[in-house]
Amino acid sequence: MQTNTEIGYNSKVEGDVVITRLDAALDWCRKNSLWPMPMGLACCAIELMAAGASRFDISRFGAEVMRFSPRQSDVMIVAGTVTYKMALAVKRIYDQMAEPKWVIAMGACASTGGMYRSYAVLQGVDRIIPVDVYVAGCPPRPEALLDALIKLQSAVAKEPVVSRLTLTSILRKSSEVEPVNS
Amino acid sequence: MSSLELAQKLIAEFGEALSAPSEFRGETTLVLKEAERIVDVCSFGKTSLRFDFLTDLSSVDNYGEDPRFTLIYELYGLEHACHLRLKTNVGEERPELPTVTTVWRTADWHEREIYDMMGIRFRGHPDLRRILMWEGYPYFPLLKDFPLAGKPSEMPDVAFTNAAPLEGGPFVTIAGGTDTIAREPRVRIPETDALETNARLERRSDIREAHGLGPIEKKP
Repeated sequence: MQTNTEIGYNSKVEGDVVITRLDAALDWCRKNSLWPMPMGLACCAIELMAAGASRFDISRFGAEVMRFSPRQSDVMIVAGTVTYKMALAVKRIYDQMAEPKWVIAMGACASTGGMYRSYAVLQGVDRIIPVDVYVAGCPPRPEALLDALIKLQSAVAKEPVVSRLTLTSILRKSSEVEPVNS
Repeated sequence: MSSLELAQKLIAEFGEALSAPSEFRGETTLVLKEAERIVDVCSFGKTSLRFDFLTDLSSVDNYGEDPRFTLIYELYGLEHACHLRLKTNVGEERPELPTVTTVWRTADWHEREIYDMMGIRFRGHPDLRRILMWEGYPYFPLLKDFPLAGKPSEMPDVAFTNAAPLEGGPFVTIAGGTDTIAREPRVRIPETDALETNARLERRSDIREAHGLGPIEKKP
């Protein structure tokens, strides 16, 4: 059977060369594949589930792979009230996540303690772990979470990757050299 | 058979130890004078009066009164569908009374919660640990003299707490207010609240008049 289409090699695509910075390319890979650690602690988790389900479909932004293992996740979505009883468990799970890692504080409770100004509730998860994006709402609608994800993606897109690595290696080398100099 | 008849049977058995039954909105309440006899009363209620279901067991802190604590047992019989409330008091100096887990096993977690929140101990309880707060938390947070904002505490590798400043609060809501201003949650100081409310209502009345609406009635 004869065909005029060239199979296997598309010169139109592969012939072209795209020039970019390595940082930008790596960031592009990272930001479109943010695997969330669903830290569902209260009613916000229901909205988080809705964001993952078909109607809102967080997979449109590459963040559908909810990992219940911190070692496989990139972004922790703290969805709900962080009680003091849970606080150190949240911190421990965050510590177990591999770098690079980000945190979204979803909803009023995770951001500030919300309406629970009480003896039992941590007044914002940022008191134990660094937060990148705060989402307002009680609970926030799934769109708000998607917006937070997009905001986080644009922040991830600007992060230096290679240049930071180069910088650290330079610093490390200079610190290795330093004792000789001094 | 009604709740009142069952209450009378209980009084016939225990006599002076129980108060006369009081009724409120169709519910019957008995007060037991000696907390130490709670197991006798409850087991008689379960075996002879067929109160086979302990709906709830709760406690009240009557801070500033003696005795300080009230325990409330909500009894129910699934067969006769009658409800009976038993109350008994324990003092602050020795907040302790016998457990009723021997009568209804469901009392286990209720009693643990009461111990956790108010520090009332139940003698003979099979496993009297904290249930909501963690082991090692040094306070009983539902006592009236425990600050609403909480207190700092530290339990290494388990949990910590910090006081949460109330920023001028507590912000209290008054149910049944005539308008949203009266109902909104805000600082309520009993001495000044009426004045403040009226001042706010006056400002509100000006706005209402400008819109052709009548003034709002002042509060006494």
